[in-house]
Amino acid sequence: MATAAVRGRLTWQTATVTSVMRETDAVRTIELEVPDWPGHHAGQHLDVRLTAEDGYTAERSYSIATADDEPVAITVERLDDGEVSPYLTEELHAGDQLELRGPIGGWFVWDTSDGGPLLLVAGGSGVVPLRAILRHRQRAGSDVPARLLYSSRTLAEVIYHSELDQYRGGVAVSYTLTRSQPPGWTGYSGRVDAALLAKIAWPASEHPLVFVCGPTSFVEAVAGNLVALGYPAGRVKTERFGGA
Amino acid sequence: MSPPVSRGFRHFRRPTAGEQDRVPPGQYVAQGFPVLSAGPTPHTPLPEWTFSIRQAGETLKSWTWDEFQALPAQDVTVDIHCVTRWTKLDTMWRGVPVDTLLGQAEHDAPYVMAFSDGGYTTNLPVQDVTNSQAWVAFGYDGQPLAAEHGGPARLLVPHLYFWKSAKWVRGLELLDHNQPGFWESYGYHIYGDPWRQQRYAGD
Amino acid sequence: MVALDGNSIGGLLIEVFGTEMTAAQTVCATCGAAAPVAETVVYLRAPGTVVRCRTCGSVLMVIAQIRGVHCVDLGGMAALDTGQGG
Repeated sequence: MATAAVRGRLTWQTATVTSVMRETDAVRTIELEVPDWPGHHAGQHLDVRLTAEDGYTAERSYSIATADDEPVAITVERLDDGEVSPYLTEELHAGDQLELRGPIGGWFVWDTSDGGPLLLVAGGSGVVPLRAILRHRQRAGSDVPARLLYSSRTLAEVIYHSELDQYRGGVAVSYTLTRSQPPGWTGYSGRVDAALLAKIAWPASEHPLVFVCGPTSFVEAVAGNLVALGYPAGRVKTERFGGA
Repeated sequence: MSPPVSRGFRHFRRPTAGEQDRVPPGQYVAQGFPVLSAGPTPHTPLPEWTFSIRQAGETLKSWTWDEFQALPAQDVTVDIHCVTRWTKLDTMWRGVPVDTLLGQAEHDAPYVMAFSDGGYTTNLPVQDVTNSQAWVAFGYDGQPLAAEHGGPARLLVPHLYFWKSAKWVRGLELLDHNQPGFWESYGYHIYGDPWRQQRYAGD
Repeated sequence: MVALDGNSIGGLLIEVFGTEMTAAQTVCATCGAAAPVAETVVYLRAPGTVVRCRTCGSVLMVIAQIRGVHCVDLGGMAALDTGQGG
């Protein structure tokens, strides 16, 4: 059986939830104590498996929200018709057990040695692995220049807002709100399009490394625009989440 | 090694006592209508859509959308069973019986291969798509069948696992011998009777 | 069902191949396009897992879990290279 062949390499283990923290109305960060965690790279994810009393199981993947030298945490957005996310965001509490395996991912990862400059483009909950990249960069004392362009529907739905506002110097964070903007809003409005990317993105001549994450349609639109801006496809890494 | 139970986790539910004899073994009852697909949603414009009965490389009979819509259609309420373990009760469809379509082509083939836009195929015995057991459905829940659920038209064969109810169906190829379609050739059961839990080859 | 990408099956591929595979290069047997597994088009729970070429849409790989065993069909790939000599 396949799992026996890889025992020790990627096995399911039982973690304990140490806290569930509200980020926005629909988003929670779940911090975990994982007994046999081998460490992880920024951008990686873990798989969660839920088992109901009648034996029914459901598995989903969630990006790791923290850097390697911090406790493991995932940030989960509740999808209304979701099978797993409503449980994780509304039912789960500190002290509960959560079955997981990880870390997983060898492509959508960034270490300081990968260099830059970095362009991070996030749609909605796609910001989670990019936030882990920024936290890793910060905690490692890296001076790789980084720009984050973060698209959300409304200001209330911006995850990690106060943390992202703290960045200075080598990290520039720009927000765009697509559905509504508060009075006096000085950020961008509307979807991430070619014009906005041309404003924010590094010139192609700087050979930036790009990470794009969010709903499938968001990622495909952004990736297409980046290629049109002259970014070689090999320097643009994408990760698609379910959703529109 | 059995996994730990996740306190308080439930989604699809077990059948109630009153539903027991309508829900095949190993299935859970779904409230929503999950969307599962092996490929992108095709969008064939209706003026280009046809449904064909084919055999040995020839088209025996073909209908345009307008011709298809002119055929007598039925409203049926059926339970459907997906091999991924969800069952949905009392789903309401409108469609043309396959009896009507196959009845207009002279043949004595024992099997069909349903074929769809996007390349999906699934095989069935003719005796399982006749005798009021199958429809080419173009309406669901009183509305035109949505593209994500197989619209403009899909095969509907409720007595077998729902992978046999090919979405975006464009016709039936008559076969002398049974051949595996898409999922059947990747290890799913050649027949797919949910009441005998025929999920995979060898079950 | 919205298509995801090869990142979403990272764990499954480790189970199947015994090693991290999302950075492995795949070559499409139909159109010849090369891409990392992470960038392929993935349909989950279809009932099985269907991996398609992003360039031409052809099926590269199908993984079905049958009675606890992963059954993998790589017929749509001309090559799958982990870059580690295997």
